[in-house]
Amino acid sequence: MPPIAEITELIVFVLLAGAVVIGALGVVLLPNIVYAAFLLGGVFLAVAGLYLMLNASFIAAAQVLIYVGAVNVLILFAIMLVNKKEAMAASPGMGLRRLLSSGVCLGLLTLLLRVAFTTPWATPGPQSIGEDAVIRLGEHFFSDYLLPFELASVLLLMAMIGAIVLARRDVFATDVGTGEAVDQALIEKARSPLLVEKTTMEQSTR
Amino acid sequence: MTNLSVPLEAYLTVAALLFCIGVWGLINSRNAVRVLMSIELMLNGVNINLMAFSSYLDGNEIRGQVYAIFVITVAAAEAAVGLAILLSLYRNRDTVDMEQFNLLRW
Repeated sequence: MPPIAEITELIVFVLLAGAVVIGALGVVLLPNIVYAAFLLGGVFLAVAGLYLMLNASFIAAAQVLIYVGAVNVLILFAIMLVNKKEAMAASPGMGLRRLLSSGVCLGLLTLLLRVAFTTPWATPGPQSIGEDAVIRLGEHFFSDYLLPFELASVLLLMAMIGAIVLARRDVFATDVGTGEAVDQALIEKARSPLLVEKTTMEQSTR
Repeated sequence: MTNLSVPLEAYLTVAALLFCIGVWGLINSRNAVRVLMSIELMLNGVNINLMAFSSYLDGNEIRGQVYAIFVITVAAAEAAVGLAILLSLYRNRDTVDMEQFNLLRW
């Protein structure tokens, strides 16, 4: 008779793993992209729960903050900005592609599971340090992983500037309303539409 | 402290399932936003693997957690730049259908 803590742990793991797998299937298969985005947030939260079970509270908090708080919100904003109901034209060979890719994915899954179950893992390894993990993480970041840590900050700066440059509207164009050339002042105008839709432009020219 | 009721293979199974679902979605999605979401799923699968190995096999030196932090950082940068590219594409081509983005196809 195993103690009650182990049974509880098993139940929690099964619930979290089920939420992860079913949520991921929903993300990929649901036709409505907004539901898929919200399910993606659920998957991120369940993964954070798995991290908590693995004695990694700091990474779980980082997962919730970065993935649920930033990446998922960013994806929802992108869906809002490109929200257009469009009937995707049927592409030739779609059924064959689905069949082939399903075969490839199932083969990859079989390979990964075979590796996971046939390798003699040296469990249990050394004792987990539990809540001291944050201290050990800080030691790693400022001693033997210092260069990747600094490179990560440079990467984040590059990504920030790159995202701003890519997503910025061309402000050195003509004003849609008046037709005169405008510059940076367009940003300050509250009334000008942020995203000019082609349909409204066509209607105005007609 | 190491939990023995849930074996390491269970975490590896969940990670493998998540990764394969992400690969399937990456290949089969028509909507560009869903492609980016599939990439996030794959990165999360990799992170679960790293964290499981870190907790079960590397309890003192938690190097897997350090790598997971770096993966999360790169994933955040990738999401920001990817969605910016998607917005720029949508402004130019007026669609998010992956089949329409064939400018570089030979």
